[in-house]
Amino acid sequence: MNAAVLQPTEQAVTQKIRVKQLNFYYGGYHALKDINLEIPERKVTAFIGPSGCGKSTLLRTFNRMYALYPNQEARGEIFLDGENILSPRQDLNRLRAKVGMVFQKPTPFPMSIYDNIAFGVRLYESLSSREMDERIEWALRKAALWEEVKDKLKQSGTSLSGGQQQRLCIARGIAVKPEVLLLDEPASALDPISTGRIEELVHELKNDYTIVIVTHNMQQAARVSDYTAYMYLGEMMEFGVTDEVFIKPKKKETEDYITGRFG
Amino acid sequence: MSTVADTIEGLSQGPSDIFTVSRSIPDASLRRHYRLDQAFRLATRFFAFLVLTLLAGIIVSLVLGSIPALKAFGLGFLTDSTWNPVTEKFGALVPIVGTLVTSFIALLIGIPVSFGIALFLTELSPPWLRRPLGTAIELLAAIPSIIYGMWGLFVFAPVFGDHVLPLLSSTLGTLPVLGALFRGAPTGIGILTAGIILAIMVIPFIASVMRDVFEIVPGVLKESAYALGSTTWEVVWHVVLPYTKIGVVGGVMLGLGRALGETMAVTFVIGNAHKLSASLLAPGSSIASALANEFTEAVGDLYLSSLIELGLILFLITFVILALSKLLLMQLAKFEGQKT
Amino acid sequence: MSLYARRLLINRFNLFVSLLAMLFGLFWLGWILYTLLVAGFGALGPDLILKMTPPPGNSGGLLNAIAGSLLMAAMGTLIGTPIGIMAGIYLAEFGGRGWLAAVTRFINDILLSAPSIVIGLFVYEVYVVQIGHFSAWAGTFALALLVIPVVIRTTENMLRLVPDSLREAAAALGAPQWKVITLVTVRAAKAGIITGILLAIARISGETAPLLFTALNNQFWSTNMNAPMSNLPVVIFQFAMSPYDDWQKLAWAGSLIITFGVLTLNIIARTMAREKTPVY
Repeated sequence: MNAAVLQPTEQAVTQKIRVKQLNFYYGGYHALKDINLEIPERKVTAFIGPSGCGKSTLLRTFNRMYALYPNQEARGEIFLDGENILSPRQDLNRLRAKVGMVFQKPTPFPMSIYDNIAFGVRLYESLSSREMDERIEWALRKAALWEEVKDKLKQSGTSLSGGQQQRLCIARGIAVKPEVLLLDEPASALDPISTGRIEELVHELKNDYTIVIVTHNMQQAARVSDYTAYMYLGEMMEFGVTDEVFIKPKKKETEDYITGRFG
Repeated sequence: MSTVADTIEGLSQGPSDIFTVSRSIPDASLRRHYRLDQAFRLATRFFAFLVLTLLAGIIVSLVLGSIPALKAFGLGFLTDSTWNPVTEKFGALVPIVGTLVTSFIALLIGIPVSFGIALFLTELSPPWLRRPLGTAIELLAAIPSIIYGMWGLFVFAPVFGDHVLPLLSSTLGTLPVLGALFRGAPTGIGILTAGIILAIMVIPFIASVMRDVFEIVPGVLKESAYALGSTTWEVVWHVVLPYTKIGVVGGVMLGLGRALGETMAVTFVIGNAHKLSASLLAPGSSIASALANEFTEAVGDLYLSSLIELGLILFLITFVILALSKLLLMQLAKFEGQKT
Repeated sequence: MSLYARRLLINRFNLFVSLLAMLFGLFWLGWILYTLLVAGFGALGPDLILKMTPPPGNSGGLLNAIAGSLLMAAMGTLIGTPIGIMAGIYLAEFGGRGWLAAVTRFINDILLSAPSIVIGLFVYEVYVVQIGHFSAWAGTFALALLVIPVVIRTTENMLRLVPDSLREAAAALGAPQWKVITLVTVRAAKAGIITGILLAIARISGETAPLLFTALNNQFWSTNMNAPMSNLPVVIFQFAMSPYDDWQKLAWAGSLIITFGVLTLNIIARTMAREKTPVY
């Protein structure tokens, strides 16, 4: 793959994350090959590609989630606001406070709805109880969940429906006011109506956060994102403005995937 | 899971008279199959019933055996600390207190240590060490209790009495109020020693259960907490523990049950004195140790009956605790919306 | 100190303490095993299995004790296992509806953790008193009662692990339920069930309390199940508490034998469970 940095065609947008010559290994398996990429700030970037192409792997390098597992290794550089987060001196906890993540399966903590959201906030900020109440209401409103749970904040997070739980996780993720939000197939475990809600949410959230979303659903990528990156077998095939990638893809491989010829 | 078994069973179920139903089945071999199925089902049912009768039998026989003592001492048995085979006056207070105090000490030490071990095994230990270390801890549980008794009496107690107890006496023993717990002759034989050995015996039980439930916490759940910038300790304390609290409580109850009933280890090191003392260093007695020491030599119906009543009390204590813990677990599981 | 620095410190401290807890556990294991080896080794020798338990002040062996223990453990297992397996089958295969299964499971869990000395007391009341003397049968009975809950629990758990698709496949061939269970389901869970039996044996091998008032002890060689029978744990108890050196040495040797027997059984059971359990 050519090593030139792939840039979106709009030059006016600042780059929040810049990936430079990233290679990733699961033990001996070379999962990501020479990835070069720039993620624009306050836009939604989608990673698409067939199963196993490395899109989740790439996503998880942005908050170094892979560091929890002994055999996983990343080489190269990833710059967040100009600082290389792959450097050994990077403080992982601080990084994860800046770069939030929502997972494919809803993962409410075994505590009340209130405490679920307060959990992350309490780690890094000392708020008075009134400030905390406000923050929680703000986060739940942003996640379009406030009206549904405002009377039952003390109930267990696991008592909500699947769609509500996922919105709870999103509220939890934004309550700490991160700069980047990583969404790993956030709607794939949900029904169509909940999925629609989540997509609306993403659209609103991008005004405040840089969002990177991994999805195996191409229509979703087309609906929701400003920029799309197509990956195949660990390589970055094409990256550009979503409309251009879907309507006039530059590469034949991209076109094959998008038109459903495979994957 | 049992829905399949139920269906299969339902197909072979019918009115209780095997033979009436089976006569209506035209095919002879199917008829035989039907009868065999019913017979097999009844047989397994019978053995399940046996378990119930066993429990009932234990309670009934213990109660019957305690009747002489119950008649002689009534409820006062529970609060009387006399134990005199000569005058035939007996009271359960000393053994009951001994049982409860040693078990309490065992849990006090055992629960935090087990938690630490489970934490180490699941979060800190390098992967290749996990299996051997886990096995090592489980081996502690496999060591027969009489060995703990032997080692406790001949090896641990002398060392403990000579080197550790004087230290405890001179430091903690000087505190107001609490100090009374640590005063007295440091012989190494007594309630504290018994409690410590019990702690070592229950640690593998509690630690194994904790480790097992910690291991099945879904990775995504932990990752969610890490993704917010939590430290490992915070993930374990705020997410893993609450998630596994059902299993943890179960493990603790298992350990408590073991501690309450433990006989041989305690018998060797508790000193077998029927005297109540404020100090943990003093010798005492537990229900199990009293039974082990005195039963075979007890002469006289009242003596024997008092000992049996002690056994009944012990059984009731363990029964109540285990039953309560099971009910608690069922309640917790219902609250979390899971099936036990 | 900033909030963050404090959190990091707490994290490091607690992880360190967990390491200490691990070392704490290993320390006791090491000390106990070391003690056993040192104290018991000296008394090891061919005499141990060639001679009987001696009167105080004499040297001898543990032959009758070892034989008695083996005999009673074997008989206890033989009696308890079928009962446990059948009840376990009931709980796993037939227990779906109705109250009996839930209650039995509840009670079984309680019996599993019940003090073994109470079991001994029960057998004393119900058997020894009735026939008027201590005997090996009484001891066997007590051991069987300890085997049953363990076997029930493992049998039920192992049977539950067998996936429904296996049962369905057998039923789809027209097999009657009793054949589905005995020929297919139980066979699939065989490794786990055997492991459970081994663990039950390991458990009863070390039990002293239930034998104290049932089989009692016997100074001589005897295979009469109807009379008191010598066994290792009670012999160890008696010899250890005595003031005689010879007896104490024998007690240590006996301890060594029991411990390593039980540990070996445990390790075998564990390795078996790991290797032979089919993964679906």
